Amino acid sequence: MSPILATLLGAFAGFIAGCITGVLHTKGNINALLAGILMMIALYSINLRLMGQPTVSMLNESTLFTQIQSWWVASGFDAFFNNIVLSLGAERFSGTWLVFSVMVILTLMVKVFLDYFLKTEVGLALRATGDNQKMIRSLSANTDGLIIIGIGISNGLVALSGALIGQYGGFANVNMGIGMIVIGLASVIIGEALFGKRTIIIATLAVIGGAIVYRIVVTMALRVDFLDSGDMKLITAVLVIAALVAPRMVQARKEKKRRLRKKAELLQRKEGEVHSA
Amino acid sequence: MLNLKDVSITFNEGTPDEKKALQSVDLELKKGEFVTVIGSNGAGKSTLMNVVSGSLIPDVGEVMIDDKHVVHLPEYKRAGFIGRVFQDPMAGTAPSMTIEENLAMAYSRDKKRKLIPGVTKKRREMYREYLESLNLGLEDRLNARVGLLSGGERQALSLLMATFTEPHILMLDEHTAALDPSRAELITEITADVVKKFELTTLMVTHNMQQALDLGDRLIMMDKGQIIFDVSGEEKQELTIKDLLDEFHRIRGKQIESDRAVLG
Repeated sequence: MSPILATLLGAFAGFIAGCITGVLHTKGNINALLAGILMMIALYSINLRLMGQPTVSMLNESTLFTQIQSWWVASGFDAFFNNIVLSLGAERFSGTWLVFSVMVILTLMVKVFLDYFLKTEVGLALRATGDNQKMIRSLSANTDGLIIIGIGISNGLVALSGALIGQYGGFANVNMGIGMIVIGLASVIIGEALFGKRTIIIATLAVIGGAIVYRIVVTMALRVDFLDSGDMKLITAVLVIAALVAPRMVQARKEKKRRLRKKAELLQRKEGEVHSA
Repeated sequence: MLNLKDVSITFNEGTPDEKKALQSVDLELKKGEFVTVIGSNGAGKSTLMNVVSGSLIPDVGEVMIDDKHVVHLPEYKRAGFIGRVFQDPMAGTAPSMTIEENLAMAYSRDKKRKLIPGVTKKRREMYREYLESLNLGLEDRLNARVGLLSGGERQALSLLMATFTEPHILMLDEHTAALDPSRAELITEITADVVKKFELTTLMVTHNMQQALDLGDRLIMMDKGQIIFDVSGEEKQELTIKDLLDEFHRIRGKQIESDRAVLG
């Protein structure tokens, strides 16, 4: 099977799983978090069945990345770029950079798609469902349907990421998704703290930026001598706490400064009045 | 336009808390009629509104809009032709979205929502024109988040969002009750204007008797889940608060001094 088709099918499977979670939540009246957990443990068994064993190696298979690499070489761009890079005195234009470029392009494609979608009539209704469900229902939107589609899309994106990571690493393991929720949440929170969420374009940028910053910070923290890879969860927890608390402290500091300035101005004015009187 | 036949609904049936919220209510609204509904707490006004909007299904009885049976039509589907404004100014708008996005959502009310942008250049001009009619300067703040608006501004926006697609029925549920007197008066004025402009069939619940007398061309009074008084035309124009209270007294034959304090 073509790796591209397999990747898309993976994303679609995630979309369906998300929709089922949405149905459990809206039609079955199951708490959102519980519906998600139920779906997750159910899928664990299903994944195990599909894979047949806990770990499957793809090292000898053709993946999205090996395919792109072979296209790249075949197209002649590889030689072209390498000549330029080499003539500039640098090393070979390596495959890592190719993967990197492909990922950047894919991420931007998803971002542009989301930015557009969230501004369409359906997208606006989906956002309003999170903001004020009563209101958007009174504007004739089927909130249950929107919740199902919304979870479906987000799970489709999660599955797409999983498919890419699996192909990049060359293996799939039933446990590779464990802890991903916390990392995702940490990335979103860090992104919002750093970039804000004034508009949709900024909000999606914040999610991407947050994920990158999170990885950078964790990698740098792990380079510190007394920390080892077992401390990753602790680092994540500390990071999330910092991202949650820091903006509030900055805000409080600003407010305090502002009040002090006002106070000083008032004093000055009063003094001025005394002098002129 | 709107037709309720023999509508009854009982809450907590068979328990000590049993409450007959509506008892065989018949009500017919003609096209373009503006009806105000008054009554003390627990009289069944809100239940009546919820039965019409679809958030409650009556035990028995028929609800028809434009000669279509709608009793089993879910709330969100009925909302395609019912515009609503709630008592709580927070309830009618999405706070973290902008003014133009909120208007765009209201614009899609009577259409199928598609994968096309909700705000386009052409539509933005239309939203701006509608906002100008409010005279609140909101047309210059299209990209402001609605959460930043005051309660009065939000309620004016909710009212606009509920009406500019010209729904078949407009329902106002004590929509000025949470505002200060001057803002309430402003919203009342805007209400009268838009209802007239779009010739909307309107059902308005209010606790303010003066407002019920000033607005609309028909008035109904509810008590204990029944419509006990229904007056329209000239007769309604000449009505005073005292008349209303006397009427209530005559029909119910009981002391209403406490109600006078609440409703006056």
